Amino acid sequence: MDMDRRGFLECMAWVGTGVVWTAAGGVLSSRTLAQAAETPAGGDFGFVQISDTHIGFKGEANKDVAATLGEAIARINALPTRPAFVLHTGDLTHAQKPGAFDAVAEMLKSVKTERVFYVPGENDVFLDGGKEYLARYGKGTVGGKGWQSFDHRGVHFIGLVNVESYKANGLGSLGAEQLEWLEDDVRKLSSSTPVVVFTHVPLWAVYAKWGWATDDSEQALGYLKRFGSVTVLNGHIHQVLQKVEGNVAFHTAMSTAFPQPAPGSAPSPGPLKVGDDRVRTLLGLREVRYIQGRGPLAVVDSTLA
Amino acid sequence: MNARILIGGALLAVGAIVAGPAAPGAAGSTPQVAIENFRFTPSTLTVPTGTTVTWVNHDAEIHTVTSPAGAFASPALETDEKFSFTFNAPGIYAYFCALHPQMRSTVVVQ
Repeated sequence: MDMDRRGFLECMAWVGTGVVWTAAGGVLSSRTLAQAAETPAGGDFGFVQISDTHIGFKGEANKDVAATLGEAIARINALPTRPAFVLHTGDLTHAQKPGAFDAVAEMLKSVKTERVFYVPGENDVFLDGGKEYLARYGKGTVGGKGWQSFDHRGVHFIGLVNVESYKANGLGSLGAEQLEWLEDDVRKLSSSTPVVVFTHVPLWAVYAKWGWATDDSEQALGYLKRFGSVTVLNGHIHQVLQKVEGNVAFHTAMSTAFPQPAPGSAPSPGPLKVGDDRVRTLLGLREVRYIQGRGPLAVVDSTLA
Repeated sequence: MNARILIGGALLAVGAIVAGPAAPGAAGSTPQVAIENFRFTPSTLTVPTGTTVTWVNHDAEIHTVTSPAGAFASPALETDEKFSFTFNAPGIYAYFCALHPQMRSTVVVQ
């Protein structure tokens, strides 16, 4: 519903009631005039999450991961509203294959957005402790170590790294230094600031037996407990699972490369081969919209087919 | 599954003592660890000091053989690729796959 000037003036006839209806992002929301006056200009925005592009993978589950990433990029570029930025939640490459980092960077140049933010997956750092990844994506992060935070229109975004010291307990790990930084990073934020956390390995125990958990996530979530709206975006497991705990909404994401089995449904995690007619229904991307004044962010997952 | 791995490990340990492929001083004895279905088999291998152990990756997925203590670290192993390490000092060597760290195993060197 688009409101033109006449419509607005008609609306103003109802000013006595002090309510203004606005439509943005297809969602109606009402505010008092006083609240409307406080709203910063252009509050609403959207961004995209993609994950687990695994460029360099050539297994049975998908012989052409570059093609499916290209399809995901085409879908991003076809969105009715241009995303403010893209978050890549890790496993850019498959096993740091030679040339893979270059290929990912090249392909993502064609995304119509201002910027892409990255956090690494274990595939991006396991060979060299993150040297190659950080040489490319460490700049602008805290101490060049890969974690970072930024604000966009009043929403606080936090990118965390939980694969750098991938421990032999089988789980992702944030580590004391990063946790200390996180506590400090959010300390001065008002509790009404919406927070979005993005990191590779899930921050809730999806399935610890398969390494689908982070051993010190509870401590991180403790620092975010007081916030009214926290959205946690993860990758790693190549499927969408969601959980709500109080004010925290967790969403894991699909891969653009290959699916993985549901927790415990197979002897082990790993690339899942499905029929050629089915694979694109299990790969995809996510659009997230922030509607000013609303607590939870609107999360829309879409598949490639 | 846990019971099966324990029994398998115990049997192999017995086999190593009885059959002697890893007998001390036996030249050219290289016990193998199979990497298969996201597991190291056997999950515990007991060998005498000086033994060279060889890992072979039978999975379609890439795996590594990595000692978190830094004693050894294989490159990324594609299907059918191998990695060998000679254990010149006794001890208990835990290792895991750096890509899939829920895969964990041990070499006991006596």
